[in-house]
Amino acid sequence: MVDTEHIQLAHGGGGQLTAELLREVILPALGGGQDPRRLTDAAVLRPAKGRLAFTTDSYVVQPLEFPGGDIGTLAVCGTVNDLAVAGAEPAAVSLALVIQEGLEIALLRRVLTSAGRAAKRAGVAVVTGDTKVVDRAACDGLIITTTGVGRVHPAARLGFERIEPGDKVLLSGPLGEHGLAVMSCRKGLSFSADLASDCASVAGLTRALLDEFGPAVRFMRDPTRGGLAAVLAEIAAAAGKDIEIAESAIPVNRTVQAAAEMLGLDVLAAANEGKLVAVVAAEAADKAVAILAKHDIARRAAVIGTMGPASDNPLVEMVTAVGGRCVVQMPYGEELPRIC
Amino acid sequence: MEICGTHTMAIARAGLRSLLPETLRLASGPGCPVCVTDQSYLDQAVGLALGACGAKPIVATYGDMVRVPGQQGSLAEARARGAEVEVVYSAEQAVELAAARPDRQVVFLAVGFETTAPGTALAIQRARREGVGNFSVLLAHKLVLPAMRALLSAGDVRIDGFLCPGHVSVILGFAAYEPIVREFARPCVVAGFEPGQILAGLAEILEQLAQGQPTATSVYPPVSAGGNAVARRLIEEVFTVTDARWRALGVIPDSGLALREGLAEFDAAGRFELPQVGGCEPPGCRCGDVLRGRLLPVDCPLFARRCTPRDPVGPCMVSSEGACAASYKYDRQAVRGGRGVER
Repeated sequence: MVDTEHIQLAHGGGGQLTAELLREVILPALGGGQDPRRLTDAAVLRPAKGRLAFTTDSYVVQPLEFPGGDIGTLAVCGTVNDLAVAGAEPAAVSLALVIQEGLEIALLRRVLTSAGRAAKRAGVAVVTGDTKVVDRAACDGLIITTTGVGRVHPAARLGFERIEPGDKVLLSGPLGEHGLAVMSCRKGLSFSADLASDCASVAGLTRALLDEFGPAVRFMRDPTRGGLAAVLAEIAAAAGKDIEIAESAIPVNRTVQAAAEMLGLDVLAAANEGKLVAVVAAEAADKAVAILAKHDIARRAAVIGTMGPASDNPLVEMVTAVGGRCVVQMPYGEELPRIC
Repeated sequence: MEICGTHTMAIARAGLRSLLPETLRLASGPGCPVCVTDQSYLDQAVGLALGACGAKPIVATYGDMVRVPGQQGSLAEARARGAEVEVVYSAEQAVELAAARPDRQVVFLAVGFETTAPGTALAIQRARREGVGNFSVLLAHKLVLPAMRALLSAGDVRIDGFLCPGHVSVILGFAAYEPIVREFARPCVVAGFEPGQILAGLAEILEQLAQGQPTATSVYPPVSAGGNAVARRLIEEVFTVTDARWRALGVIPDSGLALREGLAEFDAAGRFELPQVGGCEPPGCRCGDVLRGRLLPVDCPLFARRCTPRDPVGPCMVSSEGACAASYKYDRQAVRGGRGVER
């Protein structure tokens, strides 16, 4: 009896089974309305006037499904967000799948449906893709690689070199939701309160800021792997300037904070998938926060710090909740939970 | 002096030292169980993981052991070379892992003070009860009170009081520190980990010193005088007390735990052929002085030059909770001390 519930190696072979998979699972799930009999090797796009932003990312998250999202949502939002923080309006994304032989087709359908929905919400189209199947030892479940293109906002003048002492650092919302949701899921830990990923497109936020302020927005980034700490450390190093932030100004949900403490993790280094860090001119900061706060995903937007003077050895310093001072460094790269 | 890795980190993270008066020096003692674990233990663990001791067990460990470098690299490096190293949150998870993988041996690295020892004890009892014969532990548990005694008995003591560990004291109870108070006339105050708690603990110590009335007490509500008798009984049922070598401090009598005879089958040291490697402190290493509170990390000549978290010389830099590692990561003076700090 043919197994119709699990991916076979032949599904990646480019023949009948591949066509069937595309026709019956992948394309309907993505919801783009393409005619499966008339697929071409490349999507043809009309080039936008002005600057084009181009980005790529791979998604290897485990588990594939987690509270608040799945690898599909992540793949679309991650790439959309990379375009958005580059000051671009996301126009099109590609989706390349490397599927482990034996993956449940129902799971594939679910995550691709999520991807399709995320694309629709972000106003972007999934225009091209690829499907490969590898044997069980070669990958764990599913790997998705996306690329994205978008037109850069004509008023955007983003770059480390534009950052000036006195500029304000903004954060769009509470830290650590994605990182803690995935970590606790991975370890099979269940907390009585719900931890859910914040996976979402920030394109609406970046568009609103650029529309209003144009060049007064100096720099933007989404704090994914490495969290806020990594973004600030990068900004300090690349802009050659100190940064001072206030711990009490940083929004964090109590559940996330408590989970982080129990797991021995630092929320500053935890991943976020629906948040924005922006450096803006000082005089624009308060209004920028007000504009962000009109969006559902940025209700708790806040000014969290200030750019300092140029420095040979730039540091990110945090004024702690009790009024002490500590340095915020680039995280190592693998946050390990502590013993006791 | 504080003697708890979690306190070390909490103090550095909250930037508390920048708030304290100049006349109060807060030293970090041997509170990080990873830092005081002898080098040979790590070498044995890595050797086991790489299959150098006969079998090739899965090594189950708490997260902070994974990056500690031994003579043959760290467990993380061993994992990249094909060893199976699993990070667990509890000893019980290691037993569950062993039950789920009957085809492999599973060795749990039992590190930690009295906080984690009851968990190890429970895990061993469960393994015996459920017949999980492929589970064993490589023991390196340490006891806090003998270390405190050793610190106060050495020459040139510069410790006026102890901020006692919160989690260990949940097990021991604050009355456990009374012998130290009686013998050495030093305040012993248990505090929790919020900055406010630590400051309250310091204030209590200073108050006692000002009054000349040292006592053993707690400002941390979860800690009672008597502690957790059930947990202590568990420790006694499963372990006996033994001499232990503390890295940079030497052998401290009756400061470690060994398995009771009836449970010896669960001792990885007996089950596998572990190499007996001597560890010796690298030349120039001043961790002994740092751990005894005689030297601040920033004042060590190797700090941030030859000795960094990515390339540590001694134990205080080795674990993320060591005094030097905490200072390197969080203290501005250390990070920007004109020492050519590498990232």
